[in-house]
Amino acid sequence: MNSTVLAALVSGALFGLGLAISGMTGRHVILGFLDLFGDFNPQLAYVLAGAVVVTAISFRIVLRLPRPALTAGFQLPAATAVDRRLLLGAAIFGIGWGLIGFCPGPALAGLAGGLPDAMIFVPAMLAGSYCHHLLGRRAKIDEE
Amino acid sequence: MDNWVYGLFGGVLIGLSATLLLWSIGRIAGISGIVNGLGTAPRSDRPWRMAFLLGLMAAGGLALFFLPYAPTRVQTGSTPLLLLAGLLVGFGTRMGGGCTSGHGVCGLGRLSWRSLAAVLTFMAAAVATVYIVRHLIGAPT
Repeated sequence: MNSTVLAALVSGALFGLGLAISGMTGRHVILGFLDLFGDFNPQLAYVLAGAVVVTAISFRIVLRLPRPALTAGFQLPAATAVDRRLLLGAAIFGIGWGLIGFCPGPALAGLAGGLPDAMIFVPAMLAGSYCHHLLGRRAKIDEE
Repeated sequence: MDNWVYGLFGGVLIGLSATLLLWSIGRIAGISGIVNGLGTAPRSDRPWRMAFLLGLMAAGGLALFFLPYAPTRVQTGSTPLLLLAGLLVGFGTRMGGGCTSGHGVCGLGRLSWRSLAAVLTFMAAAVATVYIVRHLIGAPT
């Protein structure tokens, strides 16, 4: 196993542990956070705060380095525009998230942990993503 | 499970994970993006994605068998709703270029306005959805 794959494996393991320990694989914890006008549960705010405080500090430091430790360069998202595609996509994601309380990371960890809800959700999530991929390809062909 | 100590601790682990991935191989720890790239990225760009997802699922899945407060292994959502929600989450995160981790944890950490706009949008849409489903329709989810 080369070092970049090992780094990704360890990073993924930390991510999965964080999701499980913080309670984010419990979709009712998420729905509780989103239920501002009902039985509100602040848990997600603590998790997001803990994570963003770390990244807001560490990313500043890391991105000052000439390059990553194991690869030739940083590969950051190039897009900066707040466009219709971003907002519509985020809104569609939000509706799905609010319907059931799973987003991609916790759903994948939940699937591996044997949660029946996640076992139904994840295949549909992959199918939804693939649908968009196909539509995008068709749109490109139309443009040409 | 609602305990702010576990929440903060788990959140810090997630932040450290994103830090390690950026520092070591220069990539953003956005789960939807990592998954989507499995099918479309150049072949040489796929092993790290597989490894990251394997680590996430192995460690996260295993932890759920040991944590006393892990969700119970009982189906609690209706199958059609789980399928519909899955389709929307998959479609929307690909269209919007990120989910809670990519736009949330990493995008906010990079102080990206684009990601902040995405986070505010999906949060608002999700809060509105829960309000409609739970309080206007009165359906259990």
